[in-house]
Amino acid sequence: MKSFRYEAPRTVEEAVALLAKGNGDARVLAGGTDLIVQMRTGVRHLRLIVDVKRIPETLRLEFDGTVLRLGAAVPCAAIREHRELRRIFPGFLEAAELIGSEQIQGRASVGGNVCNASPAADTVPALIALGAECVIAGPERTRSVPVEAFATGPGETVLQTGELLVELRIPAPPTGSGDAYLRFTPRTEMDIAVVGAGVCVTLDGEGRCTAARVALGAVAPTAIRVPAAEEALVGTDLGTEALELAAEEARAAARPIDDLRAPAWYRRHLAGVLTRRSLAIARDRAMRRA
Amino acid sequence: MARKSHVSTIVNGEPIEFLCDPPQTLLEVLREELQLTGTKEGCGTGDCGACTITLDGRLACACLVLAVEAEGRSIGTVEGIASGEHLHPLQKKFLEEAALQCGVCTPGLLVAAKALLDRNPQPTEQEVRYALAGNLCRCTGYDKVVRAVLDAAVEIGGESP
Ligand SMILES: Cc1cc2nc3c(=O)[nH]c(=O)nc-3n(C[C@H](O)[C@H](O)[C@H](O)COP(=O)(O)OP(=O)(O)OC[C@H]3O[C@@H](n4cnc5c(N)ncnc54)[C@H](O)[C@@H]3O)c2cc1C
Ligand code: FES
Ligand code: FES
Repeated sequence: MKSFRYEAPRTVEEAVALLAKGNGDARVLAGGTDLIVQMRTGVRHLRLIVDVKRIPETLRLEFDGTVLRLGAAVPCAAIREHRELRRIFPGFLEAAELIGSEQIQGRASVGGNVCNASPAADTVPALIALGAECVIAGPERTRSVPVEAFATGPGETVLQTGELLVELRIPAPPTGSGDAYLRFTPRTEMDIAVVGAGVCVTLDGEGRCTAARVALGAVAPTAIRVPAAEEALVGTDLGTEALELAAEEARAAARPIDDLRAPAWYRRHLAGVLTRRSLAIARDRAMRRA
Repeated sequence: MARKSHVSTIVNGEPIEFLCDPPQTLLEVLREELQLTGTKEGCGTGDCGACTITLDGRLACACLVLAVEAEGRSIGTVEGIASGEHLHPLQKKFLEEAALQCGVCTPGLLVAAKALLDRNPQPTEQEVRYALAGNLCRCTGYDKVVRAVLDAAVEIGGESP
């Protein structure tokens, strides 16, 4: 790796000041499972690395029953070890646990997954399905951006010079809800999503769907939400027919490319299949939590 | 050239200090400065697990950790698995089951398998296979490794009822 300066500030303010002065040549280091790979393989050259793992706010992991405040640098292993989260956010945990191996999980953060802005990032569709927000600190102010609006293209985000993701705020879905995440990969572990689908549905006392969110990964330059699929679900009993209609809308919304992992037509097909299957899982979870 | 950083850590329970440049990975420092060459480099990109260590008790790929990040942290490597001359049950079972050939993957497998057994002392075969999915072996294959880990779990369970 080329030479660079390393700083490990203890406060958000110091980190913001360093990043602001570093201009475009500075970057945040969380778990390093994307950044260090990019630096070692020569994809990225930087002058300054700002390690945010000594800042208490980025290491926060607090659930008060309503909102999960997830510090941007918390490793996936810590999320998995939390005793309550799997019951409330099973789909989000499914996504976080898919990232890499045990070794990668020990360091990789959800914040890094979001900020790296890969269209195939596994936690992003799951976060969009839950309506999660990014809390961003910057030189002028702190602002909040929904996860679905955070990435603007492959590797591109709304972050401006000097800004840093501090935490994700993930609201617990209301009673009678269920979330789920499914991805397709040739290998079960240690592979990149060909397509990923994150969904969350809410059922009322009669088993009618009152709210639905559907998001897809790896079928467009960023993860996308599929409002047409959501509309096809609300008001139904989430039976076979409704799920098939939602799958149809997911196929229609997908704008995939051909690449070495899969041709576009196959990705489009998978968008439908994974939407249908993840909705069935989310529905069954919602019924159990009614 | 920038001044080298001074880093104080604990390695396998012993306080250790070293000097490093920011671009040096922890893997380079372990092997080249501290002469702890048990930890291997396979890919350098997080894919093979040959460099598996523990950092504050959690598994990590040393090839994807900057050495400067280790300030104040506690590192565990394969050299810390045996107690003196006494091999850990995992090490004994790897030998008995012939779960290695060239041995490049073995230190990483041992560190990852020990982390699994510390967390889950009686894993199923499937749990072992998932837990070791980040460790690639190009010679032996995985059946003997999995058997060695399952046998070690039985032996450890027998020792401390
Ligand atoms: C072997 C291997 C397997 C993998 N498997 C998967 C997989 O299955 N699914 C998947 O989605 N990903 C996978 N990844 C990619 C990677 O592990 C994830 O994207 C991970 O979540 C990145 O988190 P990190 O903390 O390591 O980020 P880092 O590498 O530290 O950072 C990633 C990027 O985000 C920026 N950044 C990080 N934190 C902040 C912040 N707080 N504010 C502003 N910018 C920030 C960094 O500057 C950098 O550009 C894999 C990687 C490896 C090496
Ligand atoms: S050398 Fe670190 S994972 Fe391969
Ligand atoms: S024994 Fe050679 S790589 Fe595993």
